[in-house]
Parts: sequence; structure tokens; C-alpha cells
Amino acid sequence: MDFGLLAQHIFNGLMLGVIYAMIAVGFSLFFGVLDVIKFSHGDVLATGAFASLGAVTLVGVNSGLPAIVILLVGLLAGLAAGAIAGVIVGRTLVLPLRHAPAVNVLLATLMAGTVLREIIRLGVPNGGNPKPFPALLPAGNIQFGSFSIGIDSVIILACGLALVGITHFVVTHTRLGLAIRAVAQEPDVAQLSGIDFQRVVLGTFAIGSALAAFAGLMLGLYYREINFNMGVLLGVIGFAAAVVGGLGNLLGAILGGFLFAGAQTLATIALPFSSAYKDVVAFAVVIVLIGLFPTGLIPEKSSERV
Amino acid sequence: MPSTETAWPPLVRRFPRLVIVGVVGLVFAALAFLLHAENQISVVAVLVSFVALIGVVDGTAIGRDLTATCRRHAGFGNGVALIGALALVVLFRDDHYTLLMMTTVALYAAACIGLNLQLAFAGVVNFAGAAFFAIGSYTAAILGNHTALPHLLVLAGCGIVAGVLGLCVLLPVLRTRGHYAALVTIAFGLLIRTFLEVNDLLGGPQGLKVPGLDLFGLQFNNVREIGPIDLSFYVPYAVFGILLFAGAFVLVRLIENSWIGISLDAVRADEVAASVFGLSIAYWKAFAFLVGNMLIGVAGGAYGMMNGFINPNGAGLGDSLILLSIIVLGGLGNLWGTIGAAVVILVLPEKLQAIQEYRLLIFAILVMLILRFRPSGIMPRSLRMLSRVLSRGERA
Repeated sequence: MDFGLLAQHIFNGLMLGVIYAMIAVGFSLFFGVLDVIKFSHGDVLATGAFASLGAVTLVGVNSGLPAIVILLVGLLAGLAAGAIAGVIVGRTLVLPLRHAPAVNVLLATLMAGTVLREIIRLGVPNGGNPKPFPALLPAGNIQFGSFSIGIDSVIILACGLALVGITHFVVTHTRLGLAIRAVAQEPDVAQLSGIDFQRVVLGTFAIGSALAAFAGLMLGLYYREINFNMGVLLGVIGFAAAVVGGLGNLLGAILGGFLFAGAQTLATIALPFSSAYKDVVAFAVVIVLIGLFPTGLIPEKSSERV
Repeated sequence: MPSTETAWPPLVRRFPRLVIVGVVGLVFAALAFLLHAENQISVVAVLVSFVALIGVVDGTAIGRDLTATCRRHAGFGNGVALIGALALVVLFRDDHYTLLMMTTVALYAAACIGLNLQLAFAGVVNFAGAAFFAIGSYTAAILGNHTALPHLLVLAGCGIVAGVLGLCVLLPVLRTRGHYAALVTIAFGLLIRTFLEVNDLLGGPQGLKVPGLDLFGLQFNNVREIGPIDLSFYVPYAVFGILLFAGAFVLVRLIENSWIGISLDAVRADEVAASVFGLSIAYWKAFAFLVGNMLIGVAGGAYGMMNGFINPNGAGLGDSLILLSIIVLGGLGNLWGTIGAAVVILVLPEKLQAIQEYRLLIFAILVMLILRFRPSGIMPRSLRMLSRVLSRGERA
């Protein structure tokens, strides 16, 4: 195999890894603060992507405004829509159900995801079909021998990496992060020391959901196409990444995201037959890893959480 | 124990079986009406009366007395229900569509009984129910097309293959808990579904043909009439589906009411306490997972044979969720609730054709509302009165 193709695969893997990591970080945040899995996450991603597309279309791609302004409008709309959707699901379902059995919460949030998905399908004109996403980033290619890569892809990748880094910084180095970690560790004591429990939880939901929305926008810009049910598989992959890495652990989520993307990419390169088996291989890897590391690669410090 | 606040007239009190026949008869009459109903208003009317009935049963003395009566004569009630179900088959004997729906409900409910054994009794989550169901159907297709095995053995094979494939994920499932175990089954379900979709030997996205059921020389697909009476060829399938459900029901009830059931309850409720009492957590969870998957596989095999084909479409996460919703909505561990919820979830969308476009949305909202405001399901599982059984000197 020549170098260019290999580099292309590696770049693809990195891109997928960042996207998966961003989704997984959301799952980890939610699990951290509330010990619940919010399974509507993938559909929040789709909601964000469609909100971006809607805002961009509304402003008008050919309105004469500089592309960066249009992009910013799309970005803001997407992030806002994602955050709002996440907070609504958190406020109406997850918070009231947090003492219910885990299966109930899973089912309820999965159904919330279905509602979001159906609203997109029914609410967007011709929503059942894939939608083209406008190219808003500068065109052009960077060439290294036989390996060529779009400038837009590089920007997307850099932004994604930066955002994951920023989230990690926020959680580990700011007052909000401190509050999040306090609530995650001991909700009652955190409340006693003056932390507004509900606000921190909903704030976490907003951050995690906005991250997912950004991942949706990234996907739209990278593949130039979005789909009302794009969130279903991505949600499961993000969940898988978070669990393999170790729930409630941001580094674990990031590691899991890259691992899943790595398994997919490796399967695409290495398998002699069709790359259609890449998901089969990746999920098999997930099952084996969970069998080997029952509480994730980076387990929680408090071991027993019955 | 007869409650003191009852409002029944003395005659009815003296013949509780009469009450049960009345109740079950009423339920099946409503079911027949729902299955037959063509216009939306009557469907909504049935639904409203259903909700009202739950309110009455829950909120009034008569209702509580009614459930207590039914519970005390459970075996008799079950028998009446079986007769009621078979009566529905006779009633709709030449109505293909209604019978198809009835059989679908019966087979899905049978699969859900397996799922109940796993989740409600042993506490093992299984988000791959539809995958095991599809594995059963595919096994029926392969064994039916390529071997001359009698079809009863084919169905047993469906269960065995589903059980054995389930073993592949058993170890990770046993080593993990909660969300980690949930992920293992989700990943397994997606793996199976993608595998079925891309594997050309199994027909890829088009799937495979499944031969019709053939029991003791009776070819189910060729049944047209008995004497002068025209029959739908779904009639034998409906009878078989109902009997399969009844079999699964009896099997799981026997398990529930034996010491196995108590062990399962103990393992689910408190693993530490259970292991202190010498119960092997892994053993009982594995038992429930295996038996549950076998039941799901057999139901899937019968479903494939009835439909005549199988493709990967029904094996996705969404379909597993439908199965899980059925048992959660019906009330975890309540086997009768399972069939009630199966009717609501499988039949209602078919009947609400006018809102076809919105049915998934409505379905999702409905499930959310029930989970939010009635978290233990439509009909919660009743607590077992072990002390009563023991005081009678019987084995529970």
C-alpha cells in the first residue's frame, strides 16, 4: 500500500475519532453528574446539525455576506439548538427519573431521541431524505506527494481537537468544572456547600449537548450531507466509546472515541473483503474489550457503584 | 384473603369463577372489537375505555377486589383466557389480516416472556432481543431450506442457535453491570444486524425465504378449509402462536414459582446478599440469559415461518427497543401485562392508519409519558406471598 492512501486512512480515522470522542465526552459528562445515560444524545447531534443548516439557509449562502459570518451564524444556531434540546430532555425526563431503574431512563431518553428524530423528519421540508450541506470553509488542497488533503478538513479536525481540549480544561481547571466534579462525587454534600444542584446538572447537559451539536456540524461540513437519522448509529458509537473508556471519565471517553475509530479504520484497511464489515469488527472489539476490562479502560476510582 | 370493603352482591361473591369468566370475557370482547375495528373513532374509544379501566381497577374497592379475585384463581383465569384466545381465532377464521396481527402479538409476547425472564427476574438487561429473534428466523430459514428435519426440531434448533450465540456475549455480560452490560448487548445487536446485512450467504439486505411450518404432515400454508368452512391459512399459525405463548407462559410461571424463581429474585435484588446465602450469581444469570434467548429464538423461528421470509430489517436496535418497551410498559415481570402491552404497541399503530405519518412520534411520546408517570408499567408485577404458600405447607 502506498503512503498516500495510508495517510488518507489515518486522517479519516483521526477525523472520525474526534467526532466520536466529542459525542462520548457528552455521555461521560452526563454519567458523571447524574449517573444516568442520556440516550437521546445522537439525535441531539442531528438536531444541532439541522439547526445549523436551517440558519445557514435562512441567512442565504449566496447573500453576499462573508462565508465566515454565515458559518458563525450556523455554528451559533447549532450549538444553541443542541444545548436547548439537551436541557429540555434533562429537565423533563432525566432529572425526574433519576431514581428510577436504569432501564427506564434508557428507554425514556431513547424515546425522547425518537421524538427529536421524528420532529426533524416531519418538520423539515422533505425531511426524510438526505440534505446537502453547503461548503462554507475555504476550498483548496494541501499536497504531500501522493497524499492530498482539503484545507477545510484540516480546519474541522483542528477545531474538533481544540474543543475536546477546551472541555477537558473547563472540567479540570475552572470553577464550573469544580462544581461539576463536586456534584458528580457527592451531590448532597455539594448542595450543602452552596452549589445549585439543578443548575450544575442542566449546565452540564447544555455543555455536553452543545458538543454533540458541534460534532453534527463537523459531520455536515466534512461529508457535505446530513440525514435525519444520522444520530442513531453515532449515538451508540459514542456510548460505546464512553463505556469502553470508562464511564464518567473524560480522558477515557476521548481514548474510547479514538479506539473505536481506529478499529473501524484498521478493519477497512486490513480486511480482504468489503469494508462493510468495519462496524462488525469495531463492535466485536468493543465486546471483547468490555469482557477484558469490565469497568472500562480507565476505571472509576470509587470501584463499587451498585 | 377476602377484603372487607368489597361491594359485590353475595351471589357473585360466592361464585368467584363467574366473576373471572366475566372479566376475561369482557377483555377479550374488547380485544375482538379492537382487532376488528375499522374506523379511528372506535379505536380511540377502546383506548379511552382501556385507560379508564386501569383507573377503576387501581382506584376503587371493587377494582382491587376484582384483581384479588383473579389473582386467587390464577390458574382458572389463565385457562379461561386461553379459551378466549382460541375463540377469537374461531371468530376471525377467514380474516387474514386480523389473524396475522393476533399471531404476531402472540409470538412477540412469547419472545417478551423470555426477555422478562432475563430482565425482570434475573436482572440481566438485553438490548439485543430483536437480534436473537432474527437469529431464530434465519436458523429456521437455513434448517428448513437445507435439511429435512421435522419442523418441531427446526424450532428447537432456532432456540439452540439463539442460545449458543448468546453464550458468546455471556462472559462480558456476567462480568459487568448496569450500563456496561447494556452496552455489550447493544453492541452485539448492532454487530448481528450489520453482519446479516453485509453477508451474501445469508441473502444480504434481501434476506432469505423461510419455508412454511409443517407439523406432523399438516402444511400450515396449505390450509384452506375444514369441511364446508373456509379458513385463512393463518388459522393454524394463530393457534400455534397462542399455544407457543401458553407454553412459554407456563414454563416461566413454573420457573417463577419454584425455588429457581426465588434464587433469581434474590440475585436480582441484592447480589451481595444472594452470594452470602451461597447462590452463584453467575450461574443464575447465565441460566436466565440462556433460557430467555432460547425462548426468543423459538418465537423468532415461528415468526419467520409464518412470514415466509426474513431480512435484517427487523433485527435493529429499534426493534429490540420495541420488545423492551413491551415488557417495561406491561410491568416488569407481569406476564399478562406483557400481552396487554404487546397489543397496545403492535396493534394500535396498525389501527391508527390515519395518523400513519405521525405514529412513531405518538408512540414515542406515549412510552415517555407512561415511563414518567407510571414507572412500574401498566400492570406492575404483584409481590409474591411466600408466607401464604409456606403456611399451606407447599413448596413455593
